Amino acid sequence: MSATSVQTATPRWLGLWPAAMLTLFFLVPFGIMLAVSVAHRDVSGFYEWSFEWDSYARFLSAFFGKVMAVSISVSLTAAAICVALAFPFTVFLSNMGHRAQTRILVVLLSALALSEVIIGFSLSTLLSQTAGIGNLFHWLGLIDEPRAYTPSLFALITGLCYIGFPFAVLVLYPPVSRLDPEIVEAARVMGASGPRAFFGVIVPNLRGAIVGAFILVFVFTLGSYLLPQLLGRSEHWTLSVHITDQAVYQSNLPFGAAMSVFLMLVALALVGLASLAGRERGAA
Amino acid sequence: MTRALKTTYVLVILALLLAPLVIVAAVSLNGPQSLRFPPVDPSLRWYGELFRQSEWLVPLRHSLVIAACAAALAVAIALPLALYVWERRGIAAKALTGMGLAPFALPPVISALGFMIFWMTLGGYGRIYATIISHGIFLVTLPLVTISLGLKGIDRSLIEAARVMGAGRWGVFRTVILPLLIPYMVSGYAFAFVLSLNEYIIAYMVAGFTVETLPIKIFNALRYGYTPILAVVSVIFAALSALIFGLIGRFGNLPRLLGAERSQHD
Amino acid sequence: MTELRIDSLSKDFGTFRALDSVSLDIPNGKFVCLLGPSGCGKTTLLRLIAGLETPTDGRIYVGGADQTEVPTHKRGMGMVFQSLALFPHLDVADNIAYPLAIRGVDKATRRARAEELLELVQLPGLGSRRIHQLSGGQRQRVAIARGLSIDPQVFLLDEPLSALDASLREHMQIELRQIQQRLGVTTVVVTHDQKEALTMADLVIVMKDGVIQQAGAPMELYHTPANAFVAGFIGTTNLMPCTVADGVVSVLGHAFPITEGDRIAISSGEAQLSVRPEHVLLGAPDEGLPAEISFLRDLGESLHVLMRVGDQEITAHLPPGHGHDLATGQTVGIRFRDGEKVVVQ
Repeated sequence: MSATSVQTATPRWLGLWPAAMLTLFFLVPFGIMLAVSVAHRDVSGFYEWSFEWDSYARFLSAFFGKVMAVSISVSLTAAAICVALAFPFTVFLSNMGHRAQTRILVVLLSALALSEVIIGFSLSTLLSQTAGIGNLFHWLGLIDEPRAYTPSLFALITGLCYIGFPFAVLVLYPPVSRLDPEIVEAARVMGASGPRAFFGVIVPNLRGAIVGAFILVFVFTLGSYLLPQLLGRSEHWTLSVHITDQAVYQSNLPFGAAMSVFLMLVALALVGLASLAGRERGAA
Repeated sequence: MTRALKTTYVLVILALLLAPLVIVAAVSLNGPQSLRFPPVDPSLRWYGELFRQSEWLVPLRHSLVIAACAAALAVAIALPLALYVWERRGIAAKALTGMGLAPFALPPVISALGFMIFWMTLGGYGRIYATIISHGIFLVTLPLVTISLGLKGIDRSLIEAARVMGAGRWGVFRTVILPLLIPYMVSGYAFAFVLSLNEYIIAYMVAGFTVETLPIKIFNALRYGYTPILAVVSVIFAALSALIFGLIGRFGNLPRLLGAERSQHD
Repeated sequence: MTELRIDSLSKDFGTFRALDSVSLDIPNGKFVCLLGPSGCGKTTLLRLIAGLETPTDGRIYVGGADQTEVPTHKRGMGMVFQSLALFPHLDVADNIAYPLAIRGVDKATRRARAEELLELVQLPGLGSRRIHQLSGGQRQRVAIARGLSIDPQVFLLDEPLSALDASLREHMQIELRQIQQRLGVTTVVVTHDQKEALTMADLVIVMKDGVIQQAGAPMELYHTPANAFVAGFIGTTNLMPCTVADGVVSVLGHAFPITEGDRIAISSGEAQLSVRPEHVLLGAPDEGLPAEISFLRDLGESLHVLMRVGDQEITAHLPPGHGHDLATGQTVGIRFRDGEKVVVQ
């Protein structure tokens, strides 16, 4: 029944405070950033108001093209690995008991909350010459000399997978756990083997969620800032690192802002795409 | 796939997630100032050292103050926002929800640069309150999501029952909505607290040179070589996060908070 | 005096008219059932009385005072919701005393009143239990106690027993009626279960499509339905198209003379004949309307004989010990007991 209430439980003015706060501290900073992205660079470290496309024009350089290519390919690789690992993990997780689920979720949340700096430090320790797996392999006799596996592209992608994996699981968790278990049971009863039920019933039913998760993890790893510096070489720096580098160390705020705006547009488009992919199945 | 195989898969992945932390925990026990595994001359020396050295204590205090205040601010914005949006479907409600979700959905460097330029323009760059407000806005999403979930779970007839029985708008809020929301507010606060504690880029770009937080301090220290104290801080942070999430899991319904509708507690 | 008067009340949801100019007078202390199929507007009417909906048109008076514009929380009603709506964060006593707490009554008085009401609903001493520790029937009683805790002007119940299993529901119907009689509170219950209405009510109001079909005492509705809908909704009946002329009711080509006690709404023309299954009599094929037995359903306490005359189905309920000689496929002659024919529009 479409029961319209006589009065809403909350008064209208309640929206004023969050609206004011978010406008002042979220929309206004974005507005200023937009303005700065077309401002003129002042060599003293700041900027002077003007309107020019110079900062955006720098995107057209070969250097910037390479940065984008690295950023995107590194993030794509990490996102693909994360989702491939996280999807079966989430399916198994959602079929466990409440207590087991809670415990595993605590581990995932703790890993997700960990500062990138701690993850970077932990992984670089793990991959280092003195304390890490190099040492272990040497001890096992697999390699002649202990060696370090960081910094390298391998270390960077490992790190991005480490931060992306818990995120992927948490993004996949709601749709996966809402999937009616009877669908799978029905498939099993009708003769589908385990893997066939998995690929023939679960995966197609959650295609939208998987695509959505892939895009969100991609955007998430795209935003990684510290790991490329801690685990990668300078040629692996992502857009996030370059933005900070321009804004803080090169004192070129307009260019940093322009890159930021660009990154935001890419991210917004991708997030929009992800929510479309999620809705495709969610509407049913 | 058999049950055992599934469990093995889950456990192997969990082990991989825990592996770096296990190494770091072991490394933190090194006696001398070096990172060796297995640890040399194991002792808890560096744990004591952390609390004696003011170069580590000051960032620790900053981090705790910022996280506590920013999480409170996030809840203070998210609660009225969630309540306002709850039974409204208009453009204003949609726009507010979007603004509440956007900061967290975008790569954080964007917000970080936005905040940095904002505080530079307005003054406040390099001040602790700028970090607090920036974190508060950035983390609004978390309590917004948990509180909205809590509101979704409130049976409409509870509110109607309270009204029939004599409760006005404020009475309904005070005696029904608020008590039912408190667990969700607490978990929203906890999520925001932990994430603020671990957040680097915004804290760094808004006030990194003057208000050092622990993640900033760790990163800076990394440049001057690795010491066991870094491992100690990492272990403490990981333990604190696990403790807080563990408490939420113990006293709240974590699967439901994270969006599983099937999973019922009782 | 808390009589309830509804004056040409209407309610639209968008283009859908949920309630169409309903007028009612409910005397003080009466137990009233709003009865009808889902979507008939009964719940909407109850929610309008509670103030949970605003009427599109019309007025509501309680004890002579116009309540139409009074906000819900100032109407002094007691209500039991279909979902019960017990507060999960309060214990049993605090749930029951909620209406008192919100009015600022002190804690000692609240506790005493809660205990008194728990006695009334036969749950003494359960005040400190949590809601989730109670059984379905106990929750039901707590919800009733809570609805009565302020001596409400009018006690409203929305399908209050629908969640209970059949035997407990019957038991609670009787108990609810007994409580109401003891307190003498004006009570309005929404239900779609006609047996529930017949068990409890002083006054049954049958609704359909937002309009009152008939209001009256249960047996009045049973014996003298105002139309075919009421005849079919209250109890079970056989409804057959018929024509009335010259002291005869013709059904399916067979003429039945009108006898004393028959309730014939029209003097001539086409209408519907309603005859309860217990008043359908069977004889030899030439003694009445010939019909073929399609199914026999022996329930022990009675034998249900399902018959067909062309497309028309007719059911007879025979008392125990009768009809043992009947068989499926057999043709019998149907007659109707004198004085039990009801012709409705």
